[in-house]
Amino acid sequence: MSGFIVKQPGLLTLIQDRGRFGAHHLGLTTGGPLDAMAFDWANRLLGNDENATCLEISFGGLSLEAEVDTAIVITGAKSVCKINGKQISQWQTCSIKKGDILETGFASEGVRSYLSVAGGFDIEPSFGSSSTVVREKIGGLHGDKLQAGDRLPCRPNSIGLQLRLADQDQPVYGRQATLRVVKGYQQAAFDPIQHWRFFNSTYQVTERSDRMGFRLEGEVIHSSMVGMLSEGICHGAIQIPADGQPIVLMNDRQTIGGYPKIGSVIPLDTARLAQLTPGSGVRFEAISIEQAHNLHWLEKSRYQRTQPVKV
Amino acid sequence: MSLNIEIAGQDAFIVYFGEETSPAVSAKIQIAVDRIQAQMADIIVDLVPSYASLLVIYDLNRSDPFAVRSALRQALLNLEQAESNSGKLVTLPVYYSEESGPDLGIIAERGNISINEVIEFHQQQEYRVYAIGFAPGFAYLGEVDERIAAPRLSTPRQKVPRGAVAIADRQTAVYPAQSPGGWNLIGLCPTRMFNPEQQPSMPVQAGDRIRFEAIDRDEFLRLGGEL
Repeated sequence: MSGFIVKQPGLLTLIQDRGRFGAHHLGLTTGGPLDAMAFDWANRLLGNDENATCLEISFGGLSLEAEVDTAIVITGAKSVCKINGKQISQWQTCSIKKGDILETGFASEGVRSYLSVAGGFDIEPSFGSSSTVVREKIGGLHGDKLQAGDRLPCRPNSIGLQLRLADQDQPVYGRQATLRVVKGYQQAAFDPIQHWRFFNSTYQVTERSDRMGFRLEGEVIHSSMVGMLSEGICHGAIQIPADGQPIVLMNDRQTIGGYPKIGSVIPLDTARLAQLTPGSGVRFEAISIEQAHNLHWLEKSRYQRTQPVKV
Repeated sequence: MSLNIEIAGQDAFIVYFGEETSPAVSAKIQIAVDRIQAQMADIIVDLVPSYASLLVIYDLNRSDPFAVRSALRQALLNLEQAESNSGKLVTLPVYYSEESGPDLGIIAERGNISINEVIEFHQQQEYRVYAIGFAPGFAYLGEVDERIAAPRLSTPRQKVPRGAVAIADRQTAVYPAQSPGGWNLIGLCPTRMFNPEQQPSMPVQAGDRIRFEAIDRDEFLRLGGEL
């Protein structure tokens, strides 16, 4: 099947759908988009299935040649995107013709952008998902990030209506974020002083942050645990290893691990964390499980009620 | 045995079955997995059994924390009386030798025993699959005879071959794919522990039991092993 040819893969471009669920018992992690909100909009603006396969472009630098006439959307991190050298708008449907060259520049605000194509990329799922997890060599075209020369299959398509997410509805990716945390796991093994420190300090995002986990640097905190049995790790779990520096575990985390955890960042906020560059500041805010539940439904309502505008 | 249900995250609970690992605890966890799958299938996204805990990830769009906690309590009632799920028994062939297991000598020296005894002790035990993780298909098996227990290497190897049979402390495992690794290598197993092309992709699941059986070099090669 024809589709798009990868001219330049960029630093880290990955084929992703919403993620791989129900395979943790085999040791397979979730994968999926680090910023699910930007991913969802990429598909919605094209009227795609919500699980349609997109590209997650980290840092930018991707260049593709179209082999079919179709339409695309680029959401997420801000960068200069061009078709045949002419700048196009993000968060908006754009037609692209056979032979056109699509380029994404380097991200100037945020880190991850999402490229969707009408009907989605046609990628054979493995374990129920097309999501690429490089560490596991699973998903995508060959279990790896995109390489020059790869072909991304998709069907020709045309769009009836050109849609755009209004500027005021687009997220702003700054250099700081407050990450809301549901306390849990070994939280009782951290005394009140450690809790106070953790929730009243600013931590910096370090260079050693990737799709597995974001390593933060700042106030050291300690637990009273002396060795623990490995156990299942959920998305957003905040692991505190012996050096006392928190690691927020993301989509490609290992499914089990043996470090104490103080709780978990809610997915709405891991998406914000994923858009921060090294050196950005984050603070943690404790919320109850009831508040987390409300936030989930309020965000769902906001997403459903936000209507794209005609261009 | 006291059960403890803790919040793990916005859409996950973790059930603790005690603070220590044992075949009995592992059997209880397996019963819990079976019951949760039977009673809560429509809201469960993923279950991660481990040494003494079970992580339960649920679909927030189909349920809420109160409903899930209460359904979990129900599913975990009278776990003590339940008929034990002992898992299936799988025998894995291993080519033990200094050629295929470069750390056999170190383990023998540590335990002040012969290499043949290391090989013998490793086969004597029936192991339980306590957890699967670290990498796809990586099954943590326990527990090895104390005389062949050995700490992880101080410098992990860059490349451990697929099929490597290894020991770390009182755990043993078969590497499902070539990867870096710090465990002590004692042999090679020709059986694929993870094959995405096959159904099922793993020969075992958590709660199953494993025995190892020595084979010679020719048999290893005949079964598809590579040196």
